[in-house]
Amino acid sequence: MEANSVIGTVNKKGQKIVDPEYLFFEAPRQQYFMTGSEVVREAIRRASVDISVAYPITPQSEAAAMVGDLYVEGYVGDYFRGESEFAVMSQCAGASFGGARVFTTTSGPGTLRAYENFPMWAGSRLPILINVMVRGINSPLNIQPDTLELGMILDTGMLIWHAETAQELFDYLLKGYIVAEEPDVHLPIAVVIDGFFVSHTKDMVMIPSADLALTPYNPYRSPVPCMDMEVPPVRMMRDPFVMKSNYISYATHASWQQEIRAAIERSRKHTIRLIGGLIEEENSDADILIVSSGTAVAQGREAIRLLAEEGIRVGIVKVKTLRPFPHEEIRQATKNAKLIFVPEFNVVGWMAREIKAVIPDNHRVIEGPHVAGGMTLPPEVIVEEIKKVLAGKKEVVHG
Amino acid sequence: MGKEKIKICEEFYDIMPPEYRELVDSSTYGKEGRGWKDVGVAKELIEEHSLCAGCPESIAFRYVLACLPNPEDTVMVGSTGCTSLVFPHVAVHNIHSLFGNQNAVASGLKRALAHRFPGKVKDVVVLAGDGATVDIGLDMTLQSWFRQEKFLTICFDNELYANTGGQESGLMQKGFVSKMAPAGKKFDKVRLPEIAEESGCHYVATLTVSKPNRVEKAIRQGVLIAREVGPTYIQLYTPCILEIGKQAMEGLQEMRDSEGPNERFAFKEYISEEAKAYLASLEKEKKPAAIPTQG
Repeated sequence: MEANSVIGTVNKKGQKIVDPEYLFFEAPRQQYFMTGSEVVREAIRRASVDISVAYPITPQSEAAAMVGDLYVEGYVGDYFRGESEFAVMSQCAGASFGGARVFTTTSGPGTLRAYENFPMWAGSRLPILINVMVRGINSPLNIQPDTLELGMILDTGMLIWHAETAQELFDYLLKGYIVAEEPDVHLPIAVVIDGFFVSHTKDMVMIPSADLALTPYNPYRSPVPCMDMEVPPVRMMRDPFVMKSNYISYATHASWQQEIRAAIERSRKHTIRLIGGLIEEENSDADILIVSSGTAVAQGREAIRLLAEEGIRVGIVKVKTLRPFPHEEIRQATKNAKLIFVPEFNVVGWMAREIKAVIPDNHRVIEGPHVAGGMTLPPEVIVEEIKKVLAGKKEVVHG
Repeated sequence: MGKEKIKICEEFYDIMPPEYRELVDSSTYGKEGRGWKDVGVAKELIEEHSLCAGCPESIAFRYVLACLPNPEDTVMVGSTGCTSLVFPHVAVHNIHSLFGNQNAVASGLKRALAHRFPGKVKDVVVLAGDGATVDIGLDMTLQSWFRQEKFLTICFDNELYANTGGQESGLMQKGFVSKMAPAGKKFDKVRLPEIAEESGCHYVATLTVSKPNRVEKAIRQGVLIAREVGPTYIQLYTPCILEIGKQAMEGLQEMRDSEGPNERFAFKEYISEEAKAYLASLEKEKKPAAIPTQG
């Protein structure tokens, strides 16, 4: 493959381009104590990113500005501030159409301002990586962590991975490019973290040397032509579909949409290889399970520890990828559970809905506990919810 | 990309679609001094179009394509509207994504091409209607000019939303009665050419497409100045004959009637000092890419 021919060469910054699997699994790593924003900077430093476009919105502004520093240092090819998230995501699209590896970040209201672009990215098969640092969406004004926006982007056609920790954030940012750019996938990918909880807290992270870099994007492995006038400009259709009120027009659109969903499913094999499965299980043979993603899982783990001290055995299933959704994996992991708790950082409980939709006997799913608007979710709250249900006196007011 | 890239190997020649063979045999890629006179001869310049019979936009579109100085390395960005019905016929790479985001897409695209092909000419040209350019996309139109993004923006101004059936647009004349302006438009036609000048465009031209030589000169200047100096803007009157109650053969006369000395599409041109110096340097060098002296 052409992509392999660059392995072993040195880029403009003097970084050695290495085999991605070497970078992910073999290269020596050193431990650092840093914020999520700094983790983003260090991942992008090694990601051979061509273009990044930024826009300020809390809590992603810090990371977006740090990528600007990388541009000044020469690690990112071009970088600028767009005028709104809608424009930024279109600028990212233009750069990706032109064959660049693209990185951007957004949060909350910005995600919704950008929204129209996401299905367009997927429909155009643009493997843009967007780091979404979720926060509350208006009104009333809120800048605190809340995952409501995530429930709204599930079916845009993007791959969506939800990182729990700073370490996962680092790894997903790099591995995300490799999966998203596979010719049989070639879709945008949202690498999601919970704003503030992950972006603004410090954590231990194992990071390989800054002298190593990911293989650059090869736009000629794309399943659709790169818009750079280096490949023949085929006339793709005799008449634009939109002109044709006939079966061909409907069938084309429908099959194209199906193909995007199929490509999401095809990402599984690459994803499983690189991040070790779409879910993670701990004591999943227990009668009681906690199933969730992101920071809610971290809180769930603490709850399990507290319950274990009281002799109550609870297991956990962590959902790492929201798209592709690990429906079969969740079915298997929860098949013996009598009660399935789904703690979430949003008011509607979309994760519980997702899980209920794919498992049998879904009355086993307890939607909650929920917090919203930036409230923390203390493990004690999860413990209390579980004990209430076990005592048969669940009168929990969610939200 | 040169013609050598699209050449067909002998063994496969006879099984390639005729459109592709003709593109290889008779496109004007790489031809010096290409221009509007190639319309009707060169393969890549839209043989058939899917617009209304007699639509001035269809000829404007052909002029634009025929006058690109470097089509073999030009990528076009369109938007939703009548123009998006023609782009699938065009033999240069073109992008349609959303409605109104064309100048944002072009900004990212131009930067990507500049980064990937340093030292090589890669032109980007935006072509969109007045709704896309001035209403829904105005923010991104202006911001790309403020940022001095190096591409040409062409607006096909038909003074209304044609493709959705004739609704009021910002470039519509005051008083015109249309859908969504049932009592007549209440405010003046937006003065985008003046705004373009103030926003940092180095070349701004307003004209109809009744005179192909003039269109040719404007397009070539717009592309070349954008390539070397900074953003450029061309507003072309392409009346929607359907929505203003004209017949298929009346488009040309409508344009002639609208370009008299005191009419709203009287030919106007602004060239910044920097762009003038650049054009003068081209003249001096007598490069093949120089601007035709005939207006």
